[in-house]
Amino acid sequence: MSPINTAPTLDKKVNDFVVKFANVNGSGSASANSMFAKAIFRMGIPVSPRNIFPSNIQGAPTWYEVRVSEQGYLGRRGGQVELMVSVNPQSMADDVNSVCPGGYFFYDNTYPLDFQLIRDDIHYIGLPLTEIVNATFDDPRRRQLFKNIIYVGSLAYLIGIEFSALESIVNDTFKAKPKLIEPNIFALQLGFDEAQKTFNQPLPLQLERRKKNDGKIMLEGNAACGLGAVYGGATVCAWYPITPSTSVAEGFEKYATKLRKDPDTGKNNFAIIQAEDELSAIGMVVGANWNGARSFTATSGPGVSLMQEFLGLAYFAEVPAVLIDVQRAGPSTGMPTRTQQSDLLISAYASHGDTKQVCLFPATPKECFELTADAFDIAERLQTPVIMLTDLDLGMNEHICDDLEWDDTRRYDRGKVLCAEDLDNIGRFGRYLDVDGDGITNRTIPGTHAEKGAFFTRGTSRDEYAVYTEKGEAYERNMERLLVKWATAPKHLPKPVLTNRSQDKKIGVIHYGTSLEATHEALDMLSADGHQVNDIRIVAFPFNDEVSAFIEEHEQVFVVEQNRDAQMKTLLVNELEIAPKSLLSILQFNGDPISADMIYRNIKEKLNASAEAISA
Amino acid sequence: MSFFKPNFRHPESPKNTLGLTTKAYEGGVSTLCAGCGHDSISAAIMQAVWGLNIEPHRVAKMSGIGCSSKSPNYFLNKAHGFNSVHGRMPSVTTGANVANRDLLYIGVSGDGDTASIGMGQFAHVIRRNLNMTYIVENNGCYGLTKGQDSATADEGSKSKKGKVNPFESIDLVALALELGATFVARSFSGDKDQLIPLLKAAMSHKGFALIDVVSPCVTFNNHPGSTKSYDYTREHVQAGSVVDFVPMKQEITLDQIKGSTQQVALHNGDSVRLSKLSDNYDPTDRINALKVLHDHKSQDKLLTGLIYLEPESDNFHEILNLPDTPLNELTESALCPGDSALSNINAGLK
Repeated sequence: MSPINTAPTLDKKVNDFVVKFANVNGSGSASANSMFAKAIFRMGIPVSPRNIFPSNIQGAPTWYEVRVSEQGYLGRRGGQVELMVSVNPQSMADDVNSVCPGGYFFYDNTYPLDFQLIRDDIHYIGLPLTEIVNATFDDPRRRQLFKNIIYVGSLAYLIGIEFSALESIVNDTFKAKPKLIEPNIFALQLGFDEAQKTFNQPLPLQLERRKKNDGKIMLEGNAACGLGAVYGGATVCAWYPITPSTSVAEGFEKYATKLRKDPDTGKNNFAIIQAEDELSAIGMVVGANWNGARSFTATSGPGVSLMQEFLGLAYFAEVPAVLIDVQRAGPSTGMPTRTQQSDLLISAYASHGDTKQVCLFPATPKECFELTADAFDIAERLQTPVIMLTDLDLGMNEHICDDLEWDDTRRYDRGKVLCAEDLDNIGRFGRYLDVDGDGITNRTIPGTHAEKGAFFTRGTSRDEYAVYTEKGEAYERNMERLLVKWATAPKHLPKPVLTNRSQDKKIGVIHYGTSLEATHEALDMLSADGHQVNDIRIVAFPFNDEVSAFIEEHEQVFVVEQNRDAQMKTLLVNELEIAPKSLLSILQFNGDPISADMIYRNIKEKLNASAEAISA
Repeated sequence: MSFFKPNFRHPESPKNTLGLTTKAYEGGVSTLCAGCGHDSISAAIMQAVWGLNIEPHRVAKMSGIGCSSKSPNYFLNKAHGFNSVHGRMPSVTTGANVANRDLLYIGVSGDGDTASIGMGQFAHVIRRNLNMTYIVENNGCYGLTKGQDSATADEGSKSKKGKVNPFESIDLVALALELGATFVARSFSGDKDQLIPLLKAAMSHKGFALIDVVSPCVTFNNHPGSTKSYDYTREHVQAGSVVDFVPMKQEITLDQIKGSTQQVALHNGDSVRLSKLSDNYDPTDRINALKVLHDHKSQDKLLTGLIYLEPESDNFHEILNLPDTPLNELTESALCPGDSALSNINAGLK
């Protein structure tokens, strides 16, 4: 079955390996690959698929990496893969190299393999996919699409995907187009049978049914943000297309169309506006929120750069706004289809002048849902923009998370908004007058009262009654009050998440967002080596006091981030007045989602280095 | 600028149907230069809103940055205003308007704010046919930064320092026509008899209404050689098709109406009465409107009046299929689908 048979044989691995697919983008492989991952999910086995795709529509290499983990590790493992499914000759050289010794290289052997690509330490398993589809289907489009389905069927034989799980997915996928069910199942069966006939025995990489996905769903973070905006009461979504955030607006549209159409009139209880650019998108968001409607936009780094001016206006004029930034690799156009956490600083201090912006850092689709809904409450409570920093890995990949929940007794927090009756009951209305010491002032919505409550919203300095002034003292009072509000903010923000593995508190790790899964796995690996490491996951900025306490309590603190310049560390040093040397950075910024292996190796290296320094 | 506004008003000032005199429509003391055209426009806006019997607090005053954009502070004190960022008034107004369809949106912009930094947003708010009145206080220069030429300064026009503008000017009226604006007018700040009815008609139009108002900058662009000065404008203005706004229930007649007239019905039952430019001038003919505009320009004439009107067109609310209830009034029960809907969604993600 392989040209050279000297490769080592892998020990049998059950539910613990990585399969990577190498495809040509635009060839319809995404749905076949997603069917593969979903079938494993339905078998009750923890699985985490990730798209690694180019900034291109058709013809360039694209990969899909699926990690299967009995222990439930959903981050990237790192290292080479056990099984490579190669359906793209362009990338074959790289793909051959990414297989671990003893691993398998599954390829289309309709055409002979370039001998330069042959390694003697891996197994080559070929099926004539092109030949099979050409013999089976007349329509060229079908040949291409079913080639993908056929290899999924072959994998079902090779690694033990339950055929019924695949069938159930085909049935669900084509519920609306039942004509497509039969040919898809036929193609799966064809692939299965061909593999059985050719290889005669399955691989040592095997899937076995478990019950680990009860109470769990598989969802993309961006869709979860869109759904969260529906639940959070957003009525105006203004956006401009940009990868990787586009599917946030699409998710909002999908769920709002389903859940928010007035059943009697057919009217939309929501508005979605595709703006002419990001400046306009955020302008619309500011205008809608100013007028009392919950409104948001979704963008990525370049969009955040363009939105700076409006973010400053919203901060200074104290207009709520929600911005979802699905981060990608910058600077500039950077790597638009690769992930990073590199918009922290531009978000936290967005716009010129002295500004500070509230930020949220979700780590799972469930948090995308919950924090998006929360963001509207926070923005209205604090009367300021809330920037949610998710990333491409979270946003555009399906991740397993707990079932979504909504507390029906929960009520929207609209913050300090005065109605006509409130205005009647107070003396002179002061838009920027702090009446209760928390730095947050009363707000009115246009059109509320015939005589009172109107004011001129502006980005220029003004006094407590919104009257224009250039008096230094009045300007200073206002800027100082904004700091009081900033100090109030953490009370309304989600708390950091602490995991204590050790009481002696020697080593601590700080992380945020999508570094969660890989960090926890790395800490388990360190634990097996005898290092009990505590960790704290930051969920919001401004920081909760628990973050500074965590840093103070631990002898050695690492900060795990997916950017070059240690932006979270910078923020911690700057905001908490921490000595920069007391925080050690673990940084990955090559555009791939961070892996457990990388975090483990780097912490281990630094621990060894400091142990040597002590013994020397 | 003035320093105070006397409190005295004529005891027998006329009242509108809401029982309000124009005092209820006034704003703060203007900080613009004495004689600024913008203050005349503010006065005309007050008159128009008063005359339309609109409660002041049901108006939203929107602006960008510049002298023009400060002016909403000087009318309708009881209305909320939003002095946003340079060139971005249209987007803020779009968001606000979508949030609450029940207010009257008056956007005040300038030639810098619209024809340069805000050109993109200007174009796109027209394409969306947002239900608003967009007033450009057009003085051909940047007043607040001391008189630089703007993009509407005519080619050959002289700056205060004597420099001749070498660039072709942007005609916002022609551009708006090209972009599909459904109400396009031009006026002159010195002609309130024309401006007030035009404003009323624009405010009654259920769609995007542009009024480009030549409004001389007395400090930086009111000298011989400037084509946006009071003298030049008075000499070259040709008051065209304007002229009277006729509310559904109450007819207003101005002495100025002369010659044959044509009445065009607005969506809400009001109508605009026009004096015809010529026998074959049809203000609902977009192509002809452009031609007439260009003809006047080639003769160095400034054509004012209602240039074009498309009374029946879907505005942005209709395009978005929005409910009659403003989005900002929808209650939590209409907005939040609740936990039961979520369990269906969970089931679909297994």
